[in-house]
Amino acid sequence: MRVALFIPCYVNQFYPQVAIATLQLLEKLGVTVQYPVNQTCCGQPMANSGFEHLAQGCNTLFIKNFSGFDYIVCPSGSCTLHIKDHLHDEHQEGKAQEIRTRVYELTEFLTDVLHVTKLDAKFPYRVGMHQSCHGQRGLHLSQMTELVEKPFSKPLQLLQMVEGVELVELDRKDECCGFGGTFCVAEEAVSVKMGKDRVADHIKQGAEYITAADMSCLMHLEGILKRQKSSVQVKHIAEILNGEGV
Amino acid sequence: MKDHAQLSETFNEDEPRVNWHDETLWFVRQKRDKAAHGIPEWEQLRETASQIKNNVLSNLSEYLVQFEEQAKQNGITVHWAADAAEHNKIVYGILQQNGVQQMVKSKSMLTEECHLNEYLKEQGIDVTDTDLGERIVQLAEEPPSHIVLPCIHWKKEEIGVLFHKHLGTPEGNADPQLLTHAARLNLREFFLTRRVALTGVNFAIAETGEFVVCTNEGNADMGAHLADVHIACMGMEKIIPERKHLGVFLRLLARSATGQPVTTYSSHFKKPARNQEIHIVIVDNGRSKQLGRADFRNSLKCIRCAACFNTCPVYRRSGGHSYHTAIAGPIGSILAPNLDMKQYADLPFASTLCGSCSNVCPVKIDIHEQLYKWRQVLVQEGYAPAAKTAAMKGMGFTLSNPGAFNVAGKAGRWVVKNVPFLVNNRFNAWYKQRDMPEAPKESFTEWYKKNKAE
Repeated sequence: MRVALFIPCYVNQFYPQVAIATLQLLEKLGVTVQYPVNQTCCGQPMANSGFEHLAQGCNTLFIKNFSGFDYIVCPSGSCTLHIKDHLHDEHQEGKAQEIRTRVYELTEFLTDVLHVTKLDAKFPYRVGMHQSCHGQRGLHLSQMTELVEKPFSKPLQLLQMVEGVELVELDRKDECCGFGGTFCVAEEAVSVKMGKDRVADHIKQGAEYITAADMSCLMHLEGILKRQKSSVQVKHIAEILNGEGV
Repeated sequence: MKDHAQLSETFNEDEPRVNWHDETLWFVRQKRDKAAHGIPEWEQLRETASQIKNNVLSNLSEYLVQFEEQAKQNGITVHWAADAAEHNKIVYGILQQNGVQQMVKSKSMLTEECHLNEYLKEQGIDVTDTDLGERIVQLAEEPPSHIVLPCIHWKKEEIGVLFHKHLGTPEGNADPQLLTHAARLNLREFFLTRRVALTGVNFAIAETGEFVVCTNEGNADMGAHLADVHIACMGMEKIIPERKHLGVFLRLLARSATGQPVTTYSSHFKKPARNQEIHIVIVDNGRSKQLGRADFRNSLKCIRCAACFNTCPVYRRSGGHSYHTAIAGPIGSILAPNLDMKQYADLPFASTLCGSCSNVCPVKIDIHEQLYKWRQVLVQEGYAPAAKTAAMKGMGFTLSNPGAFNVAGKAGRWVVKNVPFLVNNRFNAWYKQRDMPEAPKESFTEWYKKNKAE
């Protein structure tokens, strides 16, 4: 099984510990992982701003970096969804299509491909799970509160395998945090208000950590928590699953 | 003119009020969830409604002609309006023919879209909105902020002050029952004396030529039954093929809108009563154009339940007026650019693309995907700000060149670490209410090359 690690650009630059945790976790589970060092970004920042045409360079580079692998694993629902939905290249559409079907978000790779049933990890804290929208509503990592369907959650299923984790129940289980890419600065007032409200819900339930399958939401929530001088911290789910609690 | 971001910044200056607005609408969303979960076949119902509407959109011209024929046979006069101006002229023409200077109106977002009230006022016609919420915003000289709950942005205490001023209710009294009673008494006078009543249309049935108006207050019925002339205005997408399809739509509409199993009144109008007239005005106003846009045509499936408003975390925290268009919320943001790309270029960006709107939509419009697609169209058509275009070009270059990306990343981290005041200042919208992430000493790529690469 040839597995490539796809790391979001901002994680690469600002949260390398999340990428390291992802890599170590996969290796612990017996996967041989390759990291194409010339990777940059999936192109979502341009595309979501309406400049899909300026993401072509990113698309071409992505195909160059990630062709030929059996699986491409990424610790971000949002970047994974972007590749799944929008990776195209008119000169090599076959390769683009192959990548679109082989890209997996980390938690779904663990539950659906590796069929992980136990983890050697401990995290003795009260944890609030933030359901990032693109992972949840886009990739269906969890059942959504709007739909009348049976509940399930791939990230929660994994968190429950971690010793000591006490999951808190939120008032609003899957409301958006307000990050939204360039929305976070273009619509600063609403973005921040959404973030403050999410943070307040976790704090109200006594969470010591907020976790998510997307660091972008957590970066936004962390910015708000720090400004509020809160003791609540954020941790990407890969770090918890990798057993970095103690 | 102010855009959505600026208008919502103003809205957010009063945070307790934003909390109240958010909680009020979230309560409606919860009622919708409860009602939906009470129907085991809910998702099947949504799919069925979606398919019926797809069929309607694919055969719209045939259904419209069939509807017109049937309605005419029933004794209804049918008018066609290509745009808002023609719609307004037709309504005014009917008023003139009847020598009438005053009319009552109820539940019509279409007439908001066409700015009928303003137009008729200029012609010296006095229009009284009779839906309680619409009456409140009319007295306040404001447009509705929500298509189902027009005055949801008003607190009862404020309505007390408004009614004291206009209806003479006791000063400082905000008892909802007293205020509603005062409005009822006041409106009764209008109902009894107005000879023309205008209503909207929720569903127009091609098979029978009848139309259905859904309300909770019965004001549409009161107006239409007491007046000599009933004018019903409908967007041309309101068609459903057969009467039996109402069984699908009526079950979905009220549950999606307010969590009620069905609206209090679902009134069928088929033929005029003796000595009465019914006129139907079928309005295009950009709908044909939208029907021709492959990526956006299914926005015309909308049945105006406003479930997407109530679930939208942005709408709840920015208010309906921040959308500066008659139909606000996520659905408004995919409808408005069709009418005027320049004026509404901001709206498709007033979203995090969280996707909750598409999930609650009872006719399964892919709203958030259309928001994404409108962004592409608006940029291609040249409605992106120049500074944004320049920034995106720079970003596009950097992110497609590994060398440039690594250098820029290193530079960015160095700045945050060593000269934080360069980013931690008022020119950085992120920093205004959020701290910047800490800069690590090395990127993952650097770490990997050092520790892992063979």
